[in-house]
Formats: sequence, C-alpha cells, structure tokens
Amino acid sequence: MAIENVNVKVKINGKERCAKVEPRTLLTHYIRDDLGLTGTHIGCDTSQCGACSVMVDGEVVKSCTVLAVQADGSEITTVEGLGDVNNLHPIQQGFWEKHGLQCGYCTPGVMMAMVGLLKQNPDPSDEEIREGLEGVICRCTGYQFIVEAVKHAAQIMRESEVQLVGEER
Amino acid sequence: MIPSKFDYVRVNSIDEAIQQLKQFNGEGMLIAGGHSLVPLLKFRLSEPGALIDISRISELKGVRKEGDRIVIGALTTHFQIANDPIVKEYIPVLSETVRQIGDLQVRNRGTIGGNIAHADPAADLPAAAFVLDAEIAIHGEDGPETMNIDSFIVGPLITMLPENSVLTSISFAIPPAHTNAEYLKFSHPASGYPVIGVAVVAGVGENDVIDYIRIAITGVGNVAYRATSVEEKLLGQTLSQTLLKEAAQLAAEEGDMASDLFTSEDYRRNLCKVYTERALKSVFYSN
Repeated sequence: MAIENVNVKVKINGKERCAKVEPRTLLTHYIRDDLGLTGTHIGCDTSQCGACSVMVDGEVVKSCTVLAVQADGSEITTVEGLGDVNNLHPIQQGFWEKHGLQCGYCTPGVMMAMVGLLKQNPDPSDEEIREGLEGVICRCTGYQFIVEAVKHAAQIMRESEVQLVGEER
Repeated sequence: MIPSKFDYVRVNSIDEAIQQLKQFNGEGMLIAGGHSLVPLLKFRLSEPGALIDISRISELKGVRKEGDRIVIGALTTHFQIANDPIVKEYIPVLSETVRQIGDLQVRNRGTIGGNIAHADPAADLPAAAFVLDAEIAIHGEDGPETMNIDSFIVGPLITMLPENSVLTSISFAIPPAHTNAEYLKFSHPASGYPVIGVAVVAGVGENDVIDYIRIAITGVGNVAYRATSVEEKLLGQTLSQTLLKEAAQLAAEEGDMASDLFTSEDYRRNLCKVYTERALKSVFYSN
C-alpha cells in the first residue's frame, strides 16, 4: 500500500495556507520548508531547546515534536505573527529595550514561549518567569536579560491591555 | 531527524480506532499528543507502518469525580491536570507531580494516557499512579476492561495493553481525608527526568499510629514500583523520626537500583534513602 501525501491546511499568522506533505513531516519543517516562514528555528531537534516553539491554537508547543498532520485545521502563530519593525509586539519591545538577546538564534522560540507564559500568567514573578523558561535554552545571555525583557513586556501588556496572540479561538 | 515513512489516519471514535488498529494488523500505533512517540519516531526507535491519530476524540478528554475516585480521560494534557480544580481538591499530589513533568511546552501537549502507555521507567507519573491506586481503563475488541497500574506496567516501555485496544482513562483513588501526600524528586539537571522520584501518601490515627501508607519509587531501575516491604514496616507502628529513618534505609536496601550514565548504583541507593526519608518526614511532620 503506497503511502499518500496529505493536505495540511492551517491558519498561520492570520492567513490560510495549505501544503501537501508526507505524513512524517514535522510541523517545524512544514512551517519552514513548505510555508517558507523561517523565523521558527530548529536548535536541538530533540524537544529540549525550544528554539522551534510556536503557538498552536493558543498554546505554546515545540514544533519539532508535533507532526504537521496533527496540526491540520489549527491556528498557528509564529514569531512572524507577533509584530514587525515598525510595530513591535510588547514581547519584542521588551527584548529590544532590555537587551534580551545576543546572537538571536533562540530568540523566536523564547519569545513564543514567553507569550505562552504571559497568556497563562500576565503578572509573573522572577521565579515564575525562570520556571517558564525551563523549556528553552539560550547559550548567550545567561537568562538574566531575558527575565528583565519578559518583566518589561508583561508591564507594557498590563498597562496597554494589548491582546495576546493566539486568543482568537 | 526525520522519522521513517508511515501512513496516517485520523479517527473520531474509539470504535474507529480499534477498527483501524485491526486493519493495520499490528503495524499501526496510536498517537495522541505525540510527546513520547514522536521522539521515538525521530530516532527511528519506533517504525510503525501507520499512525492512528486519536487526539480529536472528545470523549477521551476531561476530569470527573466518580464516587471515591477521580477519573481522567486519556487525552487530558499535563497542563490541564496540573490546573484542574477537581484534581487540586481531591488528589493534589497528582497535580504536583504532573507540574514537574518536562516543561511548559511539553505539558501543553503531553497527555496522561500517552505517558502511562509509554511506560518510561524514568517518568514521574507512575509514582503518583502507584500511591493513588490507579486503575487503567482499556477499550478493546471485546469491550471495556480495567487493570491495576501494578499489573499494567510490567517493564521498561512494556505494558499489558492488549492488541487492538485503546487506553481510554485512568482513575485514581481519593486518599482518606486524614492523609497527606508528597512527591519529591532528584532531577537530572539536563533532562529534568527523575534520577529518583518518591511519592508517599500516608496518615496517622489514634496515638500516632500509622494507619495508612503508600510509597512508590520511580526512575531508579527498569520499572516504577510500590515499596511494599517499607509500607509493611511502617503500617500499625507508632510514628517516630527513628522509624522513618529505618524505613528509608530499608527502601534503599531493598530497591533494585540501576547503575547508568547518570549515577552509580551506590549513589542512587543513597539518594533513595535521602529522598524517601524527606518525603516521609514531609508527609508526617508538615503542618
């Protein structure tokens, strides 16, 4: 029995997209290679480092550990969906102003994970932020600046009541 | 890392899942959150002919109280369990245990059914399952059946789940009202898995006599287990610090401790003593 490719349709960063892929395609490869959104990075490829974190139906997940077919029909937000240079999302503003990155490789995943954390807890303590960072690994900044960036973002969000991404559903 | 090729079908009911399992004749595997299976697929440690996706069967989700037990649908995620008000009220030790699984992203996606069916000897959950007398509900070709956690997990990554069947829910006994519970683990610093995890549910009656005790240990060897000989030593005895020390010593001596990349057998035995004693003290002497 020949294995058939499957249609995977998602709403990604607000746009309907579709691609025919092998069932074994990982969500992260689907996003990068089939949809051309390369902001989502692959670090360890073993669900440790979290560089590939994206929001699926409002929950942050590691896209290297989800099959694209499993995400069929879902709503996805990647780092490209947060904001752009002229209109930064509060989390991006936080990382910008508090120097929350150095080489930047892990940053898309860290920001998505922190958007996920802030969705569950809009006013996290330092300890809660550090706990939330459990699923991401940064080898440059040593986390202190990331914690500052997240605190800053949380404050902006609370003050301006900016809507978090991935809450449409 | 890219998995071997496999076929994929999504099913919407338990019956459909069983039908598909039969159709693929031993080559099909169920997938839910995929946080145990996808890593195995990527390492090609598992190469099924087909994946049968049960993740959208809504009847397999959620937490409910049934008499003196809490029933949790197989597809309920660790995040949902950690934050569920029923779990927090009646079996808080389960909430505390799943909170320690993986990380935020993993807990959002991993399910209780997948975790138990995977039977990873280094998993946190089995320890809580043993001390809460977990029963595994299975739906097979001949209908539903239940198995005690003791008889369900039989070895590393090995369970007694019959062919062509679906693990549908796991139920936990609500411990007596006078008991306390604790799960303590020594985590591997990189993976977060327990090098040893100890769960205890226990209580004392009149004259400080221990009248309820469950102890389970995970992460140390091939399979998580209930430390029954340690329970026997404690049950019916008058509570004292010395007694708890002796019990912890017995847990360390009697346990089947593995020597691996992380620790030697001796070090693990020492950890077992220390963590068992801490967990017992926390249960009996906190508040």
